[in-house]
Amino acid sequence: MEFFLEPFGFEFFRNGVWAALMVGTLCGLIGVFIVLRGMSYIGHGLSHAAFGGAVLGYVINLNFYVGAGIAGFLAAVLINQLAKGNKIKSDAAIGIVTTAFFALGVALISRVRQFTKSFDAALFGNILGVTTVDLIIIGVVLILTVLAVFFLYKPLLFSTFDNEAAKVFGIRTELIQLVFSLLLAMSIIASMNVVGVTMIAATLVIPASTARLLTDSFSRMLIISAGVGAFMGVAGMFSSYQFDAASGATIVLCGAFIFCVVLLFTYVREKIDTHQHMHRHGGVAHSHPHHHDGEHEHTHSGHTHKEPDTHSHEHPHGTEYHSHEKEKGPAK
Amino acid sequence: MIRLKDVSAGYKKNPVLTHLTLEIEEGRFAGIVGPTGTGKTTLLKTILGSHKVHGGEVMVMGKPVRSLTPGSIGYVPQLETVDWTFPVTVEQVIMMGLFAQRTYWPWPSRKEKIQVHALAEKLGVDQCLHHHIRDISGGQQQRVFLARALISNPRLLVLDEPTSGVDIKTQHDVLHLLQSLNKEGITILITTHDLNAVASHLPWVICFNKTVIAQGKPDDVFTEEILGKTYGGDLAIIRHDGHLLIAHNAKNKHNH
Ligand SMILES: Nc1ncnc2c1ncn2[C@@H]1O[C@H](COP(=O)(O)OP(=O)(O)OP(=O)(O)O)[C@@H](O)[C@H]1O
Ligand SMILES: [Mg+2]
Ligand SMILES: [Zn+2]
Ligand SMILES: [Zn+2]
Ligand SMILES: [Zn+2]
Ligand SMILES: [Zn+2]
Ligand SMILES: [Zn+2]
Repeated sequence: MEFFLEPFGFEFFRNGVWAALMVGTLCGLIGVFIVLRGMSYIGHGLSHAAFGGAVLGYVINLNFYVGAGIAGFLAAVLINQLAKGNKIKSDAAIGIVTTAFFALGVALISRVRQFTKSFDAALFGNILGVTTVDLIIIGVVLILTVLAVFFLYKPLLFSTFDNEAAKVFGIRTELIQLVFSLLLAMSIIASMNVVGVTMIAATLVIPASTARLLTDSFSRMLIISAGVGAFMGVAGMFSSYQFDAASGATIVLCGAFIFCVVLLFTYVREKIDTHQHMHRHGGVAHSHPHHHDGEHEHTHSGHTHKEPDTHSHEHPHGTEYHSHEKEKGPAK
Repeated sequence: MIRLKDVSAGYKKNPVLTHLTLEIEEGRFAGIVGPTGTGKTTLLKTILGSHKVHGGEVMVMGKPVRSLTPGSIGYVPQLETVDWTFPVTVEQVIMMGLFAQRTYWPWPSRKEKIQVHALAEKLGVDQCLHHHIRDISGGQQQRVFLARALISNPRLLVLDEPTSGVDIKTQHDVLHLLQSLNKEGITILITTHDLNAVASHLPWVICFNKTVIAQGKPDDVFTEEILGKTYGGDLAIIRHDGHLLIAHNAKNKHNH
């Protein structure tokens, strides 16, 4: 017990844990959209651009958040413009723009050596680096994000699923896109001091990917991802303190560990927990290996009974129904 | 129902539609046919108001399409463009058809749930409402996206290639379902590559190749001359017992 409580005696650690908890939740929420849209590249790119801006800002005596914010915003606009032309794909555009910003930051740091120490935090994350101002900024961004995800749930879901169709169905996709880009940029800049530029992309992607393994529901994916993010943030902070390692690295390592455990768990569940029996989808009875979680009704040949929800099928259903084996009787 | 006047639209360096004029009457069940890449999808998106026009006028139900209330036109995208790994259930997909109503509360109301269940029952997909969209058959997938388009009670329904990527039985079912919806008074516009399905199921056809080549009943439009103009030749038309059959013309030798 003391092992867990002892570090709480230090204010810097309490700040660090609060920051990691909020950053983890934030990245968990935003990460769901990043993962489902297949744009992990953007998280990586924007954070690197913001770093360049932060260093430049430092040199000309600007506040960290102002420098990072301006650079992040500029990079986002540039990427958009470059990718609009047909010749350059957006991944290349992101690569060029953001690495250029990052290179500028690195060049400035190596020129003026005495900065190196304080920018370690921005690169790899630092438990000591969290100030009260940081906490307030992270808190505000988290609240804004939670509110946006709650009240814009429907348009966010639709435009993430199918942006073209969403537009036809009357969703203001451009507005939604803009709101999301702003949230993403704010999240990245707010997370930078805790997780570090080099680790942000992973912090965004790991919780969401873990959640995706565990559920087939969008809303549950948001909740699980936020939870996994919060947990890996706190666990990472402890490890950072105990092993005296950069917090960004320990947070990502904790996340990667959780991901592996879940991956193993789902694999084993697939192998052990799948069963096969006749059941119906729509009008036709068929049978194939599947498993259940959650409440659901299953209609078997002859009787109906409550059975858990999500079907995870071992083979995709093509255009035809087929059945493989005789009914083995009711499950469980 | 639909009136395009002198419409030009397209992409950078690729003006797909130029000075296009087209009128489609209310109550039609019309199929647009034409070779790949000639602008059928672009035309549909223009009619739906989701594609910017450079010039001309797009009127749907007597109003400029962009001023219509969202949900006035039902739309079923080409199923090949759907992300089947996305974590949504059948019920959630159908529910999306109501999102245009712009309520900010994330949970569906009781009334909306009842509405979705009733429509799902009508289209025969009520049994799989809680299934992931990947875990149902191709025919059911088509019906689910059809339900999403119909949930807002549109008077015009637009489908992009509802007959592609499904087997012949499913294709048959979908077309008959559309026929019965058309009988209920919904104007329907589809694109397709299957000329024989059009000939045997649709009362109206529009031959399209960058511009409207001809429109009318399949019997009148499917002539060697018009199809030659649309596809650039080598199609034979076989008439048998009042049925139309379009085939590749094997008599003409050609080099591949
Ligand atoms: N997003 C886009 N950007 C640039 N050009 C495009 C885009 N979408 C389509 N095009 C081009 O516009 C032309 C018309 O495309 P469209 O998709 O409308 O054809 P289509 O008749 O629907 O073809 P298909 O039968 O293969 O579906 C094509 O030459 C295509 O390459
Ligand atoms: Mg098309
Ligand atoms: Zn099944
Ligand atoms: Zn099967
Ligand atoms: Zn049973
Ligand atoms: Zn079962
Ligand atoms: Zn038929």
